[in-house]
Amino acid sequence: MGSVYRARDMHFPNVTKLVAVKEMINTAPDPLVRETIVQNFEREANLLATLHHPAIPRIYDYFSLESRSYLVLEFIHGKDMEAIINDTSGFLTEEQVLNWAIELCDVLDYLHKHKPDPIIFRDMKPSNVMINSSGDVILVDFGIAKSFQSGIKGTMIGTEGYSPPEQYRGEATPMADVYALGATIHHALTRRDPRLEPPFSFSERPLRRINPSVSPEVEVIVNRALEYDPLGRFKSTAEMKDALMAVARKTGMLIRPGAQTGPVKTSGIKPLWSFKTEDEIRGTPTIFQGSLLIGSYDNNLYAVNAADGKFQWKYPTDGGIVSRPAVVDGNIYFGSEDKRLHVVSARSGKVVWTYYTNGPIRSSPRIAEGHIFIGSDDNNLHAVNLNSGRMAWRFETADPIRSTPFVLNELVYTGCESGDYYAIDFRGTLKWRFHAKRAITSSTIGTAQTLYFASVDSTLYALDPRNGWIIWRFRLGKPSISTPCIADEFVFVGASDGFIYAVEAKSSKEVWRFRTEHQVNGSPVIYKDSIYCGSVDGNLYCLEYRTGRLRWKFGTEGAITGTPLVYDDVVYIGSTDHQVYALLA
Amino acid sequence: MNKFLTWLFGSKPGSTKTLDTANTAPLTEQQLQAIVTNQNPRFELQQLVSAASQSVGKQRELNEDSLLSITTTMAGNSGNLPFGLYIVADGMGGHQFGEVASNAAIRTVAGYVLRKFHTYLFQIKTDTMDESFQEIMLGAVNEAQKSIQREAPGSGTTLTAALVLGQQITVAHVGDSRAYFVYPDGRIETVTRDHSLVKRLEELGHISAEEAENYPHRNVLYRALGQGEILEPDIFTLAFPQPGYLMLCSDGLWGVVSEQDIIRSINESPTLQRACQNLITAANLAGGPDNISVVLVQLIG
Repeated sequence: MGSVYRARDMHFPNVTKLVAVKEMINTAPDPLVRETIVQNFEREANLLATLHHPAIPRIYDYFSLESRSYLVLEFIHGKDMEAIINDTSGFLTEEQVLNWAIELCDVLDYLHKHKPDPIIFRDMKPSNVMINSSGDVILVDFGIAKSFQSGIKGTMIGTEGYSPPEQYRGEATPMADVYALGATIHHALTRRDPRLEPPFSFSERPLRRINPSVSPEVEVIVNRALEYDPLGRFKSTAEMKDALMAVARKTGMLIRPGAQTGPVKTSGIKPLWSFKTEDEIRGTPTIFQGSLLIGSYDNNLYAVNAADGKFQWKYPTDGGIVSRPAVVDGNIYFGSEDKRLHVVSARSGKVVWTYYTNGPIRSSPRIAEGHIFIGSDDNNLHAVNLNSGRMAWRFETADPIRSTPFVLNELVYTGCESGDYYAIDFRGTLKWRFHAKRAITSSTIGTAQTLYFASVDSTLYALDPRNGWIIWRFRLGKPSISTPCIADEFVFVGASDGFIYAVEAKSSKEVWRFRTEHQVNGSPVIYKDSIYCGSVDGNLYCLEYRTGRLRWKFGTEGAITGTPLVYDDVVYIGSTDHQVYALLA
Repeated sequence: MNKFLTWLFGSKPGSTKTLDTANTAPLTEQQLQAIVTNQNPRFELQQLVSAASQSVGKQRELNEDSLLSITTTMAGNSGNLPFGLYIVADGMGGHQFGEVASNAAIRTVAGYVLRKFHTYLFQIKTDTMDESFQEIMLGAVNEAQKSIQREAPGSGTTLTAALVLGQQITVAHVGDSRAYFVYPDGRIETVTRDHSLVKRLEELGHISAEEAENYPHRNVLYRALGQGEILEPDIFTLAFPQPGYLMLCSDGLWGVVSEQDIIRSINESPTLQRACQNLITAANLAGGPDNISVVLVQLIG
């Protein structure tokens, strides 16, 4: 624990000589602990006093005052490398990083050749490297460059993520610094902080996969420095420097091979069929007995042969249809902006009954326990008897409901535009309520253990279905109205920042994210080992769901806001280009 | 009281023991299964029960383990909410003041979590919390990290903490203490991942499970509370095993008692307290090379 101060040396009253004063506050209440700490501090001072190198700060003095100890060091105008990495948007250039790496090899080599005993720095990492105003590196913090006590249970030294495996065993050779330098270069070129990754996992994050602008030669050098076995690495930092210099000369560090990505099918995908309606399709289709059912903003619900896209029938309403139809016992249930819940015979396309609400319906019906649950812009959740078409009850909410209710364990869950979220029992009484900061347009998906939904407050929520307590929150880049889906231990959701996210369900850790070129307002679905999701950029994306790797994409002529339906190896997707497409999954 | 004891343990007055001549047959697998899985009779009131035990072991003078267990049941017309917090912390090595670190860890984490929940659990308020379980646990771990760096700079400790609320268990974990789910049908599941060098080498395939058993640096951790500037604890939420037990323990138990023996000790003990004692005894009989801490938790109903 400590701070570094910028101070002026008053021994030189006529000039401004700036020094850095490193302060360490000894807060330990135990006298033995305190003593050990002071000793460590003095060791750093003594070590520094014996070193002379342009990349090592000069030491002027050290002293202790009560519970504080101080080192007076050369002041370095500049910024540490970690701050530079973090403050740079995008990647640092390879040329820049290579220059620093070569200078770091130099100073490490100086330390390794120190007499009588070599000094192993042991804590090479971006935050211990200052870049001064001339762009040169200065190594700071010699706090642990010291003789190593091995064999003590639980000893850890160095910084997790940058340290090589053998350092945990108490072995320290120049090859340990080679590894840590490799880790430092890796961090600088990929922006991926190794402290946040499992140890020794660099091979799982190849440089060029994260930053394709890195040259293959540099990748080879970094890989060699990061070899698990010390004997596989460069024998010394001098040897590593030679290799870096060779690359610098060969590539001129300016000419870089173009970024290459794996083969991806992006064109030439032909739909099996497409069917055109007279206005935008913003919603999601349903399939029933070989018929694809989909609503359009031309106010019609269409039934199309799922095999060949041939028109079967259409049913007119008086408003746009975004509601996804649900089918039970041969009847189709869906809402329309004409404020009605429509019930239509799947066979004939003729009306069975309708149910009025006092506002446009953009929510989709959920059918359970003999009732239809559907939200409306009239600020009510309606429970309608399936047989009689009569209202069983309605539950008033703070704002319009545009999400689809979710039913689990005899409770109905729904979010609304005010950000309120309700758990209502089958008698229409509130069990509990939760409040997000902005609208909940996203629908809920859940397991017996957890409910998941996104909100316009840019958060993906996981709630306890029994009491509404928050299990975790995952921060999205921007608001989301996309409904999550679940597969294995993952939760997937889109957001208006254009990303499709995969998050681990138990830990809320991000597994991957995939960038589309516009907002992702529709919802992803999983089929076999793929995830399918549309984007406002007009494309339907098919990704490997475990890795987020693009398999193919299919471009439509308009934004996609609905959710794909995958059935029997065929994907169906509606687009605001008025069409619904069928594609091979 | 004496009457009660007689009733409980004495024989019926006037009854004479007769030889039991009833025919018995081995139970079928199905019958056994039914008995085993039916250990939880239906309880109207869902409740959390727990027991904990600790021993310095047979070979150490200093106890560097710290242990904390809090179990509450609150029930009423507004519902029934089991709440529990269980922590095992194993301080790191020798002269590095591990006992200071593990003690600071359990107190800081428990203090932080209880302060967070105090308003919501022990005051009349119907609002839900605006922080998630995982955020609270992360906050607690970060607080503990700071307090260890203040109390005993340079020291470190493992931390395995389980927050139980209703049926959710939220675990925060750093180091090589462990959380297990133990099921009455004889299965055992390690729910945490050791942050130890040996485990990582095993994960990477550099050494086999067998080599790991005899690895010379079994005690070296790559992640511990109090160490490093950035600490990334594992934090996750799981459903409470029902029927089953949540067990937290330090390596003084899992390092010396086999999983089979752990399962047997738990399933054959009449109470959780006895099970904890039996586990400690088993570790000490196996030499007791390290401090031993164990907590067992069960959610009934």
